[in-house]
Amino acid sequence: MKERILEVRGLNVDYGVGQEAVRAVREVDLTLHRGEVLGLAGESGSGKSTLAYGMTRLLPPPGVVAGGEVIYHLGDGTTVDLLRIRDADLRRLRWAEIAIVFQGAINSLNPVQRISAQLLDVLKAHSPRSSPRSRQDRARELLGLVGIAADRLSSYPHELSGGMRQRVMIAMALALEPRVVIMDEPTTALDVVVQRQILRTLVELRERLGFSVVFITHDLSLLAEFSDRIAIMYAGQVVEEAVSADLYRTPLHPYSDGLLQSFPALKGPRRELSGIAGSPPDLRMMPSGCPFHPRCARAMDVCGERAPVLGQSRDNRSVACWLHPVAVN
Amino acid sequence: MRNNPKALTGLIALGVFAVLAVVGPWLAPFEPSMRSNALLQPPSPEHWFGTTHLGQDIFSQVLAGTRSVVFVGAVSGLVATVLSVLVGVTAGYLSGSAGEGLSALSNVFLVIPALPLIVIITSSLPETSNLTIALVIGLTSWAWNARVLRAQTLSLRRRDYVEAARANGESTWRIILFEILPNLTAVIASGFVGTVLFAVISEITLAFIGVSDAGGWNWGTVLYWAQSQQALAQGAWWWFVPAGLAIALLGTALSLVNFGIDEYVNPRLRTHSLRGVRMRVGFTPVLAKETS
Repeated sequence: MKERILEVRGLNVDYGVGQEAVRAVREVDLTLHRGEVLGLAGESGSGKSTLAYGMTRLLPPPGVVAGGEVIYHLGDGTTVDLLRIRDADLRRLRWAEIAIVFQGAINSLNPVQRISAQLLDVLKAHSPRSSPRSRQDRARELLGLVGIAADRLSSYPHELSGGMRQRVMIAMALALEPRVVIMDEPTTALDVVVQRQILRTLVELRERLGFSVVFITHDLSLLAEFSDRIAIMYAGQVVEEAVSADLYRTPLHPYSDGLLQSFPALKGPRRELSGIAGSPPDLRMMPSGCPFHPRCARAMDVCGERAPVLGQSRDNRSVACWLHPVAVN
Repeated sequence: MRNNPKALTGLIALGVFAVLAVVGPWLAPFEPSMRSNALLQPPSPEHWFGTTHLGQDIFSQVLAGTRSVVFVGAVSGLVATVLSVLVGVTAGYLSGSAGEGLSALSNVFLVIPALPLIVIITSSLPETSNLTIALVIGLTSWAWNARVLRAQTLSLRRRDYVEAARANGESTWRIILFEILPNLTAVIASGFVGTVLFAVISEITLAFIGVSDAGGWNWGTVLYWAQSQQALAQGAWWWFVPAGLAIALLGTALSLVNFGIDEYVNPRLRTHSLRGVRMRVGFTPVLAKETS
């Protein structure tokens, strides 16, 4: 059994409080193991980003965490609940232990400051006693890690291409050698070639530095390739979670199947692209029973009556679907 | 506005001042200039704010003086705002010598010391009425706001949606009125509120140094008499405290309305704490265990 590093248990995230509250993430359980890449996939609005920001308490107002636990295993064997610790402790933990690469690299870098200033700032803030020379060396080393020449340190963000900016963001996230890196669609705005380069860099770095990754994307084909496990989200819930090869070959949930049918495979026999009819449900008026049943081609009577729960089905896989009876523990 | 306590408080206070401006002189229990035998009396049931060295009722003076203050504030605020929008937005949108010329004009008005100029103009006018004071203040205080509007317009005119409107062939006035002006609402509104405040303080300052509507009362004239009769040295605090508080209250009301306008125009500023949950960027609140 691999060592656990981050556990999310029964997490609920709302937008708004009281009567107007909309539950964007409901009862999500996730476990991230050491050195693992966990992919989070789903359509727009399925709660992927809300989940990531909710569990790190970075969600802007009116987002609130309505319940649950986020257990982080520190290096010395003790655990902390990110939702219960003091603000100062959370601040210390962020970046040093859990780092985030945000969606738009263009918006995350300050346009009027050199890359070096922005990199050195982090190093200085978290280790104020280090010497300026050592920080400078570290900044060069970080850019080297993501494959950018060290003389780019004195560039401004607008002098870099989109891919380079995204690499700088990754370098910044890795600056303090975090054990968990959360990546929110880090390659969405880039073309496939650059996407591939960045992912390759990421995989290499992970093998070298041994951090765990939570990778959020709507591009399932990307995940199938380089993540270890994939969790599929629909309407704020995890509907299926499996080792990525298993999920890719034999998706159990009709929604996962639909997502996989939505893009063509490069190799293998030709098959019809089907896509998924309809659109995600309105979170204010969730359908009864399984949230996916109005769009599901294989819906049964029970689907509209009772909601399936995520549980272990055969082959030790987790799925929330009446087609696959599960053993509820 | 209903769920915005700041704006509501400000609006109510402003409303009270506006009503007093209309009915204040009639509400006043005494004629503000009328002398009596009760010289320099502290506040009493008969004279709520006490009396002056001539036995005049200060409560009546403050009440009667509200009209002039509100009138001058509103008129000069309106004049200055209209001028600043005209000059500022035009200077920002037009390129070339027209824009530069208007910009230079507002720069010139910016460095003119307003108060001495107002003193000179009012003293050279045949008569000093509230209207002339309001117009002089309005005509000299628009430049600062015009510069702010010009800067914001410069930033807006190159935005994609404005470029798109231009590419669509929309006429210049339509672009300015429908694409640019709505985005300036908050700046214009806060400029208006700021100018009103500036005008009120200018008028009171002018009255305090003796430049005021002949025979009329405003809070500045009350302070003028208090100063010239050395109210502070005589311990007659009731002479200057009510007028000073009234100025502070009016200023607070205007600022509160300004905050309210900002939050109304820019929804991102709304930080209403919902049911006691304090929202903080970077530390998403965690609700206590649900009871249900």
